[in-house]
Amino acid sequence: MAEEKEGGLVFHPLDQFIVKPLFGDGPVQFYTVTNLTLWMAIALLAIVGVFVLGSRGRAVIPTRMQSIGELIYGFIYKMVEDVTGKDGVKYFPYIMTLFLFILFSNYLALIPMSYSPTSMIAVTAVLGFGVFMCVTALGFILNGPKFLGLFWMSDAPAILRPIIAVIEVISYFVRPVSHSIRLAGNIMAGHAVLKVFAGFAALTLVSPVAIFGIIAIYGLEVLVCGIQAYVFTILTCVYLKDALHPAH
Amino acid sequence: MATETTDVAGTCVDVGGSALGMPQLCADWMSNQIFWLVVTLVAIYFVMARIALPRIGAVLAERSGTITNDVAAAEELKNKAAEAEAAYEKALVDARAEAGKIVAEAKAEIQAELDVELQKADAEIAAKTAESEAAIAEIRDGAVKSVTQVAKDTAKELVAVMGGSADAKTITAAVNARMKG
Repeated sequence: MAEEKEGGLVFHPLDQFIVKPLFGDGPVQFYTVTNLTLWMAIALLAIVGVFVLGSRGRAVIPTRMQSIGELIYGFIYKMVEDVTGKDGVKYFPYIMTLFLFILFSNYLALIPMSYSPTSMIAVTAVLGFGVFMCVTALGFILNGPKFLGLFWMSDAPAILRPIIAVIEVISYFVRPVSHSIRLAGNIMAGHAVLKVFAGFAALTLVSPVAIFGIIAIYGLEVLVCGIQAYVFTILTCVYLKDALHPAH
Repeated sequence: MATETTDVAGTCVDVGGSALGMPQLCADWMSNQIFWLVVTLVAIYFVMARIALPRIGAVLAERSGTITNDVAAAEELKNKAAEAEAAYEKALVDARAEAGKIVAEAKAEIQAELDVELQKADAEIAAKTAESEAAIAEIRDGAVKSVTQVAKDTAKELVAVMGGSADAKTITAAVNARMKG
């Protein structure tokens, strides 16, 4: 997709992110079934496959698929419990949903010719701002005005407190921005770099280096995909903890 | 691809089908992305919250329950084994003590019998010895008497041969005096 041989070495590393209707042409309406829809659906099916079909047997001695599901379950459950405490456990399904969507989208996007929903800033922004708004609303609902104590460092020197409060407020509102851009930026950059190397692979002279580069970057991306899903999830847990226990 | 995308060409895609700027920032597509994202998230949430998570949670709970039960059962069996071992040890010790007692009893019995036999044998030996001593004494007495007789006779004969006559009393006294010396 990125290479157009007609003009020598011309490649468009960003073309892989174009949203295209799957059936027929025409403008992309919000309900149009696009390549993005397809890969989100594949992610959903993969999640269903691992977690619903895999655990179908409800075996005490798990099958391989069930083990994978249990492993992810235990990992996220422990993370939620450790970071947010016992009273955060009831939000575990939401966090699990976020984690699984990001994890599966990231890894499915590593399949050649696939599409990466998590590289779209609109997608991650909805995730990031969604978390931000839910957590903020939850903080006010659970703690009332006391939630603002999150910004007021009561153990800091009195003179510094207003200054720290300003910084805290700014950093609080930057959270969703960094939260969403971190994920989209990582995934997009990785895929774009892969495409650039793939474009260079068309040149006979540098193709061995380019192909080695693709392999290396691919390996790196495998790490990044898991790490970004983990980072997004654990930051969500940390924000949730702030909402549940705003006192410093 | 080019023919396909010509119709789609809008603010974000050029006539060649390449992206104009970053596709991520194309406002035309965002509503689509957000719509499908929300649909997917809701679907994942319902699948997980309604089916998968309770099921896996139940399986994990059941497993930990099974493990706890098995560990308890193993503990119980271990205790039983320890008890059985203790009983075995005790039985062994009892048997040893019993055996020791029996051996001691047998020894004492044998000793007693032996003592009786030994005493009997000693008594017999003593009786035999006394008998023998009596016999020897008799024999010795007999021998001494004979010797005295012979000496008297011999002395009487000797005196008669040498022409003297001696009465029996004197000779006997002389012989007795000699024999004492």
